Amino acid sequence: MNFFDKDLNQVHEDLVNKKVSAKELTQASIDNIKDHEEALHAFLRINEKEALAAAEKVDEEGIAKDQLLAGIPLAVKDNILTDGITTTAASKMLEHFKPVYDATVIAKLKEQRFINVGKTNLDEFAMGSSTENSAFGPTHNPWNTDYVPGGSSGGSGAAVGAGEVLGALGTDTGGSVRMPGSLNGVVGSKPTYGRVSRYGIVAFGSSFDQVGWLTQNVKDNAYLTSVISGHDEHDMTSSDREVPNFAAGLNDNTNVKGMRIGLPKEYMTDAISPAVRKGIEDAAKLYESLGATVDEVSLPHTEDGIPVYYILATAEASSNLGRYDGIRYGFRAADAKNIDDVYVKTRSEGFGPEVKRRIMLGTFALSAGSYDAYFMKAAKVRRLIANDFVNVFKDHDLIIGPMGTDVAFKLGSETQDPTQMYMNDILSVTANMAGLPSMSVPAGFSKGLPFGMQLIAKPFDEQTMFNAGYVFEQNTDFHKQHPQLGGQN
Amino acid sequence: MNFQTTIGLEVHVELKTNAKIYSPSAVEYGDEPNSNTNVIDWAYPGTLPILNKGVVRDGIMATLALHGHVRQHMHFDRKNYFYPDNPKSYQITQKDTPIGHDGWIEIEVDGKKKKIGIEELHIEEDAGKNTHSPNGFSYVDLNRQGTPLIEIVSKPEMSSPEEAVAYLEALRQRIQFTGISDVKMEEGSMRCDVNISVRPYGSDQLGVRSEIKNLNSFNFVKRTLEYEIKRHQQVLMSGGEIAQETRRFVEATGKTASMRSKEGADDYRYFPEPDIPPLDISQDWIDEIDGQMPEMPGERRKHYVDDLGLTDYDAKVLTQTKEMSDFFEETVKDGADAKRVANYLMNDVNSYLNDNHVDLPDTKLTSEHLAGMLKLIDDGTISTKMAKKVFVGILDGQEPAAYAKEKGLIQLSDPAQIQPIVDDVLDNNQQSIEDFKNGKKRAVGFLMGQVMKATHGKANPGVANKLLMKSLNER
Amino acid sequence: MANQINEEQVKHVAALAKLEFSDQELPKFTKQLDDIMDLFAQLQKVDTDDVEPMVSPTDLVNVMRDDKAEHASARQIRRMLDNAPDAAAGLIKVPAIIDESGDGE
Repeated sequence: MNFFDKDLNQVHEDLVNKKVSAKELTQASIDNIKDHEEALHAFLRINEKEALAAAEKVDEEGIAKDQLLAGIPLAVKDNILTDGITTTAASKMLEHFKPVYDATVIAKLKEQRFINVGKTNLDEFAMGSSTENSAFGPTHNPWNTDYVPGGSSGGSGAAVGAGEVLGALGTDTGGSVRMPGSLNGVVGSKPTYGRVSRYGIVAFGSSFDQVGWLTQNVKDNAYLTSVISGHDEHDMTSSDREVPNFAAGLNDNTNVKGMRIGLPKEYMTDAISPAVRKGIEDAAKLYESLGATVDEVSLPHTEDGIPVYYILATAEASSNLGRYDGIRYGFRAADAKNIDDVYVKTRSEGFGPEVKRRIMLGTFALSAGSYDAYFMKAAKVRRLIANDFVNVFKDHDLIIGPMGTDVAFKLGSETQDPTQMYMNDILSVTANMAGLPSMSVPAGFSKGLPFGMQLIAKPFDEQTMFNAGYVFEQNTDFHKQHPQLGGQN
Repeated sequence: MNFQTTIGLEVHVELKTNAKIYSPSAVEYGDEPNSNTNVIDWAYPGTLPILNKGVVRDGIMATLALHGHVRQHMHFDRKNYFYPDNPKSYQITQKDTPIGHDGWIEIEVDGKKKKIGIEELHIEEDAGKNTHSPNGFSYVDLNRQGTPLIEIVSKPEMSSPEEAVAYLEALRQRIQFTGISDVKMEEGSMRCDVNISVRPYGSDQLGVRSEIKNLNSFNFVKRTLEYEIKRHQQVLMSGGEIAQETRRFVEATGKTASMRSKEGADDYRYFPEPDIPPLDISQDWIDEIDGQMPEMPGERRKHYVDDLGLTDYDAKVLTQTKEMSDFFEETVKDGADAKRVANYLMNDVNSYLNDNHVDLPDTKLTSEHLAGMLKLIDDGTISTKMAKKVFVGILDGQEPAAYAKEKGLIQLSDPAQIQPIVDDVLDNNQQSIEDFKNGKKRAVGFLMGQVMKATHGKANPGVANKLLMKSLNER
Repeated sequence: MANQINEEQVKHVAALAKLEFSDQELPKFTKQLDDIMDLFAQLQKVDTDDVEPMVSPTDLVNVMRDDKAEHASARQIRRMLDNAPDAAAGLIKVPAIIDESGDGE
């Protein structure tokens, strides 16, 4: 079986009514994963033994009517720490690393008795836009395996896109949940910075990172986001704002009436493929027909987003990745004779080329003589980018636009040119810079591959984002299209 | 050529909070290696700092104790460098916005008073400990990792080793009185880096400075500075140039040596810490902490001299530590005479503490018991000689009167009991009476000795002497 | 623009980051970094006078925990020591530290 066209409520009801047991459901998910693994390589580890044991336990304990996540198989990006289960961040550096604690998001999901079916592939340390930077081989796009699934949460995107699970956790530093959402034809969201605890997430860019979900539909995404949100004493930047049940209000498919939507002109330039632009224009018309207003707005510093992001996120990363030094855990180079050898050999052998590139960029941006011209300058432009959003949100409730510039590209086509690769994120990084909630929903196809529409809302107003996404989904068919995959499903 | 010297000091003080600055692990010494650590201290992937409010409070307290200004809006910064005792590969410190700035303390050298400015105070974390083994390996213990530190940076306003030591002494005392740190150099809870430069007298441009790191005793600070002054002067006089560099003090030779530094080792790539939201310290909180500030040693010394009649010297000794000073005041409050308390603390108590290498709070001595013992001396119940023995008891927590009684350390002061003994002694020493009558005063000493011997030393010498003289004259 | 960074600078930055590149890798890597730096150069055109730098999107202030100690379990400490590439007698074991300049503080 697969999870296409199903939602959490239906699957939960089947479990409660004993139409299927948690163990059967888990086994079906794992079988589905295994069928596609050769073609997709979405997973770095399938937790077969642990998942089946956990599902059996849920079956024994029973599932009550309101325990929506009990016995539900979900996947977890492999940069999210799982106690006792290898967490590699797709790096040789952590190839055999067994965490001794659970990330807060995992602890919250465990409380709800979810089933962790496996750890999904990613770009090494979440650095990349195609999942080609995984030290353990790339993930392929389920719509066409010659193409990338986006990144860095490409394994999670492909797993959901292939119908292997209802949802998968990802992390989003510059688009890493939403871009795979767009390129695999599924829903991908990133909540407001501070909404979800970062404790137990392998840090990349501390002031950008957020955990988010890839799901089959908007309502599941909203529900799952509520489950992992909330203040955590282990993360000083996690917000103590109340967490609404985002899914509760998503029943009325007309509740965009009166919503003031802005469409930034900078998001609709010639750099965006005509098919994608057409998809967004159609979406705008749909919203207007449902009673929303859509008008052109401006985010004038959009084009500065890429340099700002690649200075600040790499600066933070260069510091965050210093701890992978071969001393306390993870890989240590074999032939180190003194401590400096340990550092240099371990890090040079343990990190892949993109990670090294970013550590170098970040180190340079912070080094003596460069700090003001690079780091400080970028931090100031970051403020201007955030202010652009503040200005638009003075008289708008939501911003829409393309998620990416086009559909997925072919594997290997951009790996030789980092700058070209970086430009893929031009429309996704600014939401991270301002810390805003953002989501990609399926919005069209081009050349047989899906693309998404991006929705951006005010800080902590995920509700408006989910409302608008849900209404769009209910009035379109894009999310009902599914890839034709080999295997026996 | 005449020279003048400019000295600035950076002092690290370890705080004695319950928990570490960015993790809840306990701050404790002498435990099993790595037993006071958790995933944060090990810099596990995914861990984040969580700031200890107690450390911020102590930072404010230290700032106020050094007459500094508290910065109300501040953030933390990362200082990046690789070292095995630095697990995150960065230290979370305060570079842009130190918690305190522009303070001062007063020092006195050769009777001359001088104010030394304090540039800034900031809060940060200590590193773990590496131990090096001759087997080609080093070993890392992370128990100390994350212990809260306050770094106190003086202005370069000291001009001699004596001033530097006086500054350290005054700083140590003031911090010690706030109770936020043990400030013991020998135990590492106070560490000092010195910056020194020497220039020809009258030159308005500072000389090139040397930095000497990690000095762990006042004596080393003094010897280091004396050596460096000589070295700088010799280099300058021979026409050479001083290299701006970091050096270390070599205990065995009493000299300093250059520390070779790696290329770019001092490029720490500071940037604002994104994992800790900024602080906005309210004036109310500052006022509240100010209200908890104990009276400082200088004010106490003035009170001891002006109101209690102690000498300057005694007042100084008694205010070396807050514990001693508090104990002194408590004992006086319990009714004992200030001068007698001072004498007892400075002599018997201090020599006991020194001989046994313990601190006052480590003993069972209480102010009530000391006051009680001094009262027994005053009312003649025990002699000062007996007091030495009673002191042993009160050090062990014994109540002085009961202890004296139990040990038979009660003085014989009743004339009705002493008179028959005197009579007996005189009856048996006719020769001495005659000697006395013939003007030999020494005979009195002999007779007193006989009285004391007959009472096993318990006779109150004053009373016995009076009765003896009276009886002698009557014979 | 190009030539914003040369091989010498790349070597210097690599030393700070404890990375090393072979003689074959270095020119290619330098070229890639230089291309990216070109991308960065466009920021110099943005007017940032009087703009406050933005370090984080968080609007939180004064987040602190009370000064209370908690002990990790002996098992947890054992597991961490087990994860260390080398350990002995409860200590983390590393090849000799020969750099006497030590930490910064």
